[in-house]
Amino acid sequence: MSATGIGASVRRKEDRRFITGAGHYTDDINRPGQVFAYFIRSPHAHAAIKSIDSKSAAAMPGVLAVLTGTELAADKIGNLICGWMIHSKDGTPMKMAAHPALASGKACHVGDAIAVVVAETLAQARDAAEKVKVDYTVLAAVADPVAAQKPGAPQIHDVAANNTIYQWHLGDAKAVDAAFKTAKHVTKLDIVNNRLVPNAIEPRAAIGDYDSGTGTFTLWNTTQNPHVARLVIAAFVGMAPEHKLRVIAPDVGGGFGSKIFIYPEEVVALWASKRVGRPVKWVCDRSEAFLSDAHGRDHVTHAEMAFDAGGKIVGLRAKTIANLGAYMSTFSSSIPTYLYATLLSGQYEIPQIYCEVDAVYTNTVPVDAYRGAGRPEATFVVERLVEVGAREMGQDPAELRRKNFVQKFPHQTPVILMYDAGDYNASLKKAMELADYKGFAKRKRESARHGKLRGIGISTYIEACGLAPSQAAGSLGAGVGLWESAEVRVNPTGSVEILTGSHSHGQGHETTFAQLVSERLGIPIENVSIVHGDTDKVQFGMGTYGSRSGAVGMSAIVKALDKVEAKAKKVAAHLLEAAEADIEFKDGKFSVAGTDKSAAWADVTLNAYVAHKFSGQELEPGLKEGAFYDPTNFTFPAGCHICEVEVDTETGSTEIVAWTAVDDFGVVINPMIVEGQVHGGIAQGVGQALCEGAVYSKDGQLMNGSFMDYSMPRANLLPTLKVATTMTKCPSNPLGIKGCGEAGAIAAPAAVINAITDAIGTEQLAMPATPSAVWSSLQKSYKLPHAA
Amino acid sequence: MAAQMAAGMATVNMTVNGKPITASVDPRTLLVQLLREHLRLTGTHVGCDTSQCGACVVHVNGQAIKSCTALALQFEGADVLTIEGLAAPDGPLHPMQEAFRENHGLQCGYCTPGMIMTAVDIVRRKGNELDDHTIREELEGNICRCTGYHNIVKAIAAGARAMRGGASASQAAE
Repeated sequence: MSATGIGASVRRKEDRRFITGAGHYTDDINRPGQVFAYFIRSPHAHAAIKSIDSKSAAAMPGVLAVLTGTELAADKIGNLICGWMIHSKDGTPMKMAAHPALASGKACHVGDAIAVVVAETLAQARDAAEKVKVDYTVLAAVADPVAAQKPGAPQIHDVAANNTIYQWHLGDAKAVDAAFKTAKHVTKLDIVNNRLVPNAIEPRAAIGDYDSGTGTFTLWNTTQNPHVARLVIAAFVGMAPEHKLRVIAPDVGGGFGSKIFIYPEEVVALWASKRVGRPVKWVCDRSEAFLSDAHGRDHVTHAEMAFDAGGKIVGLRAKTIANLGAYMSTFSSSIPTYLYATLLSGQYEIPQIYCEVDAVYTNTVPVDAYRGAGRPEATFVVERLVEVGAREMGQDPAELRRKNFVQKFPHQTPVILMYDAGDYNASLKKAMELADYKGFAKRKRESARHGKLRGIGISTYIEACGLAPSQAAGSLGAGVGLWESAEVRVNPTGSVEILTGSHSHGQGHETTFAQLVSERLGIPIENVSIVHGDTDKVQFGMGTYGSRSGAVGMSAIVKALDKVEAKAKKVAAHLLEAAEADIEFKDGKFSVAGTDKSAAWADVTLNAYVAHKFSGQELEPGLKEGAFYDPTNFTFPAGCHICEVEVDTETGSTEIVAWTAVDDFGVVINPMIVEGQVHGGIAQGVGQALCEGAVYSKDGQLMNGSFMDYSMPRANLLPTLKVATTMTKCPSNPLGIKGCGEAGAIAAPAAVINAITDAIGTEQLAMPATPSAVWSSLQKSYKLPHAA
Repeated sequence: MAAQMAAGMATVNMTVNGKPITASVDPRTLLVQLLREHLRLTGTHVGCDTSQCGACVVHVNGQAIKSCTALALQFEGADVLTIEGLAAPDGPLHPMQEAFRENHGLQCGYCTPGMIMTAVDIVRRKGNELDDHTIREELEGNICRCTGYHNIVKAIAAGARAMRGGASASQAAE
């Protein structure tokens, strides 16, 4: 292994600009003549818009325009779309309601954009927005997904009776019923997977810039996938054809899924720019982000797991109601279906699984992918069922898991996926050793002496990543292919630019992708630069989400590097006056087999461009190759997280006293970066379990829509994390990578809740397990030592 | 001292990263807006609107403050240090910056300038030997969504020790 190659903890190339304040996030960019947009948003969860009076606002100082859904429709700006088709059990397509960028006729959630003011300064736009008079007729609203389906519930969209978008299912219901009839024990749970607000620390932002001379639009945007944004805004919104629209995603400050989607504000920034003839900038406030960034999770589930007399799982069934909010966001339909139910087999050999999912509209902010996206929800269902099952049957939870692990690969689950490789025993064993599982009873006694309840919780999770084989995704309803592209541009002096369709917003691609190139071509890592996030530079790409950039994005680079090497060998053969078949390439040097003749990388690259040693008719000059890589399967990262907690019986507060994570991510390019991804994922999972959760009032007001009210994980919520890996190579891509970005967020919630419920002796505990929630549960389950 | 100018604008003078500046601003301009929009010092970030996230932390007269919750006009004559002034341009990094890079204390980088400015302030107040508990408690006003804080805590402990050599924030600015 070289110091900068695969497997080395290379310090990040991108860090210097971030630690010196020299990054370029969207809000750091300013265009000549730029003006500012400020959105007027509905204060009501559900209201008819009777009229909008913008006369006095339009006359305010600095105001260039006040635009509403009326102007949007007049300019024939199309609706936002959901790009994944789901069919209901009865074969009918999902009920997708119109989603205009500015509300037309009625507002469907608090925060729904009604109008936009464009002014010379942001302060002027805000001042003028106060003068816009919107006359609403407030309608009855529904925020709860279960209530939304009940007869008499307020109807949000005409296309969706009972607010139901689809009633989907997966698996064989009859076979599951038959399996349950043979069961010795059935564990049943009702689970609410709490609604989360992604809250990347950089708020979303957009600059739309229309060039009337060329008729082209440029959009600077906080996006995880600029090409998909361009495709949707061109083909569906109809702003401009793709070749007249450039999307640039510069430095992006975190995404976690919430920056995948195509949002109203970027559409409006582009459109308004053409309208006013000036570049238009919009930057989201945090409080505004709570009301306009897609939220995550929000499932209500009843689930049952059936065991035979020996503790083997014989079946699992689940019924989930998924809240998709007021409109269907870009990939919302796929999250509670193909990214959720397909993972209900966990790490286990389960012969029969059946899952029903109803997706519903409510008068809340739209819900879509958030770190893990469906897989944390599935893992929580499976890992709570297994844990509670073990407790009910009086078995050791680790032993019950081991007994049911998939042992042979490939393994076909009853819910579509074919696991390609893994060793679940290995990660469980290693985690139990690192966590000193055996010593837990002693530690529990020690805690009891201090008046604390100690608990331990295991979560053996699996995820399907490396999204995704395009043909398979298409057969499941995806509107796009899920391959990735790469282009390798070798310069005459031998330095290399990699153009990738992946996008880094914290993942460190500028380092890890360069490590791959450095190792493969034997050139210094400083001589490699990674270009991403600009549709004028990178021809096409699918972006970064679903832990796909390593497994899919880097595989595309490998494929392009193969072509570069093949071409370079032809050039070297001419340069060294040898047969092409005799040219060997190793450690940045081309040599002729069996001789001492060789040429350095830079000699060959220069010759590729000067083209003096070969005829342009037999070999094209230049050295630049591209590739599209379509994966052969999903990848299946898996592992074991063990959480240990102490609960204060008097206050209900939970302290995480130890955390052990052992993950199998396949081949790891940069262990330092991978560990960082695990740390961050765990923090988000712990946040979901202990403190986070969007709270809506019955009439659809978000009650905790700011950092003052919504509890984000702080440094003092988390312990020092013990992180390790095991390794089975992924057979489904050339590098053997499985992906690591979402694991922590997937594994953590179940580990925390299993630990707390172990401590307090009742399963009646919902997320987030705040001190108040834990204390309330304790009152039912536990006699305080001093209360007699 | 802020003298009234035409159309409700006011003038403010301060020293930013060692350089004297004079700006004519709308009186409601926040310090962070002065830094980012008037002086184009975009390393200081805005991550919230309630003084919770700490992405906007700068030093004023040697103490950390949240520049999103202070009016520029409050700082007439003040000495302001931002992330851009922590190390001399093209010179060596400040030990705390170096520690964040070395310990992978950042991912997306958005909270990082505020984290580093806070960290330097923690060292000023708490000294060079910082235990994990102290660092975690002191980071109460800074939110990171990427790192889970694990490596930030490591970075601050290492940076604090490395600062023992005497590199202080104010020296770097001068």
